[in-house]
Amino acid sequence: MLWILLAIAGLGVLGFVLGRQRAIASAGGDARILHSLPVYYGTSVTLLTMVPALMILGLWLIVQPIAVDRIIANQIPEDAVQASTSPGLLMTEVRRLAAGIDTAVERGAFSGAESIDLDAASDIRAALAEVGVALGTDVSPAVLVAAQQFRAVSAASRTWMLIIVGALALAGLVYAYLRVHKDQRARNVVERALLGLLMLSSTLAILTTVGIVLSLVWDTRSFFQLYPWQDFFFGLEWRPSFEGNSDLGLIPLLWGTIYISLIALLVAVPIGLFAAIYMAEYATNRVRSFVKPLIEVLAGIPTIVYGLFALITVGPLLRDYFAAPLGLGNSSSSVMTAGIVMGIMLIPFVSSLSDDIINAVPQSLRDGSYGLGATQSETVKQVILPAALPGIVGAILLAASRAIGETMIVVLGAGAAARLSLNPFEAMTTVTVKIVGQLTGDTDFSSPEALVAFALGLTLFVITLGLNIFALYIVRKYREQYE
Amino acid sequence: MTDMAAPSAAPARAPLRSLYVQDARTSRRNRQEARFRIYGIAAIGVGLLALVVLLTTILGNGLSSFRQTYLSMPITLTAERVDPEGNRDPNEMGRVTTFGYLPLLAQALEAHLAAEGIETDMSVQELAAMLSEEAPAQIRALVLSDPDLVGTTIDAEILLGGRIDGYFKGRVTMETAEIDRNVTPAQLTLAQALADRGDIVTRFNWDFITAPDASDSRPEAAGLGVAIIGSFYMMIVVLALALPIGVAASIYLEEFAKKNRLTDLIEVNISNLAAVPSIVFGILGLAVFINFMEFNQSSPLVGGLVLTLMTLPTIIIATRASLRAVPPSIRQAALGLGASKMQSVVHHVLPLAMPGILTGTIIGLAQALGETAPLLLIGMVAFVGEYPELMSVHSNSFPLMGDGATALPVQVYSWTQRSDPAFVERASGAIIVLLVFLVIMNAIAVLLRRRFERRW
Repeated sequence: MLWILLAIAGLGVLGFVLGRQRAIASAGGDARILHSLPVYYGTSVTLLTMVPALMILGLWLIVQPIAVDRIIANQIPEDAVQASTSPGLLMTEVRRLAAGIDTAVERGAFSGAESIDLDAASDIRAALAEVGVALGTDVSPAVLVAAQQFRAVSAASRTWMLIIVGALALAGLVYAYLRVHKDQRARNVVERALLGLLMLSSTLAILTTVGIVLSLVWDTRSFFQLYPWQDFFFGLEWRPSFEGNSDLGLIPLLWGTIYISLIALLVAVPIGLFAAIYMAEYATNRVRSFVKPLIEVLAGIPTIVYGLFALITVGPLLRDYFAAPLGLGNSSSSVMTAGIVMGIMLIPFVSSLSDDIINAVPQSLRDGSYGLGATQSETVKQVILPAALPGIVGAILLAASRAIGETMIVVLGAGAAARLSLNPFEAMTTVTVKIVGQLTGDTDFSSPEALVAFALGLTLFVITLGLNIFALYIVRKYREQYE
Repeated sequence: MTDMAAPSAAPARAPLRSLYVQDARTSRRNRQEARFRIYGIAAIGVGLLALVVLLTTILGNGLSSFRQTYLSMPITLTAERVDPEGNRDPNEMGRVTTFGYLPLLAQALEAHLAAEGIETDMSVQELAAMLSEEAPAQIRALVLSDPDLVGTTIDAEILLGGRIDGYFKGRVTMETAEIDRNVTPAQLTLAQALADRGDIVTRFNWDFITAPDASDSRPEAAGLGVAIIGSFYMMIVVLALALPIGVAASIYLEEFAKKNRLTDLIEVNISNLAAVPSIVFGILGLAVFINFMEFNQSSPLVGGLVLTLMTLPTIIIATRASLRAVPPSIRQAALGLGASKMQSVVHHVLPLAMPGILTGTIIGLAQALGETAPLLLIGMVAFVGEYPELMSVHSNSFPLMGDGATALPVQVYSWTQRSDPAFVERASGAIIVLLVFLVIMNAIAVLLRRRFERRW
């Protein structure tokens, strides 16, 4: 695998040197007669040598396993398939065995010829275990035959891949070399290729979104095949049990999420907004240049740090001085803990967004207000805030979306018990906590208890996406007003 | 100007009010103004207070993990115990397990107490329980690395157990020892007696930075080495992928893209991806890289790929801003001298925008370094007790990238999930290490901006 890449790269380098030489030769040694700089001729040959070959190589590597799988699956005798629990499982066994024999050959446990003569009577499992390949079950003859076929087909496919890719690289080299001429527009060729690359990179953003949506929707679909969607969206109980019969209702998780986010916003919005107002309207330049970066340090601190802060400081503090004396519970992880800490995290977010928005309000509005005899605070309250209101609402919505999607603070601060309660000093749980909970550790991706995480993820994605789009729409609409 | 002090000279005649005397309404408005101002100052004060409290609690809890308590005592490495074959061959001696070294330590401690004249009625097991479970393994490693030590008596610094360590750091007291299953007051008294004689040394804990993680019962031996390496690998992956792709995408969008449907779609996608919760990227990584492409769970490669996707929007936004800041006259001058559009961008605009791009990249990397949630989903919470092999022998795994690893923030998380309270100290210490890295990265970003920022 590595050396075929090296070979293609070598051909590419060769193409560069040859193409460059031929270009200069065609101009009679005078580079000024060439249409493009000599480098471009060389590069154009390299590109034509390497790009098609690499593309075919990549395609082959993706298609080969799927094609080989299909060929082998068709050849496995019918009764062997019926004896196994599922055809998919049987194929996994075949693949594992084939890979195991390959590894064994590589480490010298048996020679290439020996590996083909293996039969089910000899203890393959023990032999493979010796070289560090663990097989789950003993090898049945049908699986062994299939595995040997698998190896044979794979090897043949690999040989053909080498031949075709090599031929393609050579053909590209020769074709591009023959095309090199002093009037060839080599720069345009190279730049078009480069532009293609740039364009490809920029579509990665779309690909990521598509990947997110597809992976969420795909597994959510298989979840809803195992678990009724009405019970998920309207269920009031969250009680997963890995023996089956779980209650997987969304409502308690959603309630916890919203309750915690609400408290976080109650902390972050007034503090952030007043800080922004002071910074924009009152603070001198010196204070501003000193305080603003300090507040923004809060935004640069990773959320795991806030999580630990909630776990070891805020939680016990709230429990010992508020919850326990008031008789509201004695859990150190609570909605209040997570909400307050998350609120602290959101302060810089709210304040820097609102700061920008307040600064975008034109000075003429302020001057007009002062001219009518209003004090500074009256100007802020009666002129600036109403003018900046849509933007501030947008900022609050963005902060809410952050709060809803936040994970580490709630994992460490909010607890894991799903509960529908109004008491803010009780432990509750959120959508993100349960995504982490259901997907960490050893999970069986065919059980509804694991797949529910994807449905939760989709819910989360839709909610935050909706909030973001709405917020951006409001902010953008407002910004156009004064420009 | 209503808030000027009224001169007392003005004669006060009841019905006619002077301009210099504040009426009730004005003073109410002024009070309101002052109150409003105070709210602002209070808000900023609360923000700064939160920052200070956050940092001081983390520092207060974590700084002690950089110091570790050791017992300094002579220990005799009797030949019959560590080298039963008697041939000084490390391979043969390797058969003596860690467990075989435990009596050696217990005897050494007993002998040391006798030599120092400290009376104790504790059993040998109880004495040995004061030492870390890691201590025999450390002595064993020492002996195996230098077989000449067999039969000699060396002065060793032996790692003490987590509770004894906690006693000298003030975390464990006689009262808590009463109710603690893992330590007795008698052990603490003995430890104090040893300390009074100067046998207990507390020194900088290099192992915390270099050692791998240790099991649940050995908080005193747990270190960050593997986590730092894992984070480092991931940052390399992120840098190698996110910087070129991000810059390429920004150049296309900023310099070449025509205003059409596709461009709009890309723009909307980038701004939305920047706001997608990080855990959703974790689900993406789990579904695509692990379940679909079958990469190894918890490998730094997968972690790096997920973090790359997360960091890309940040880098693209920063790069576009700095490309936009390069004045059009530069492009026009290049075009006027016969450069193609591509040449003008690559040769002229990009180098001028580079400081801004690097600043944005470093900030993106700092974000990625602190990110935890997506890494939990791709299995990086797994316990990793050893360094990953530098070159993996498995042909189907990537060199450096295939083995399981963990990352700094994930290590913090897994330590908070352990039952022993000593791990809280370790977790805070790990956060200090993480914050030091972040401060360094951000400082570099700020310096870059200061040093190379140009105003056109």
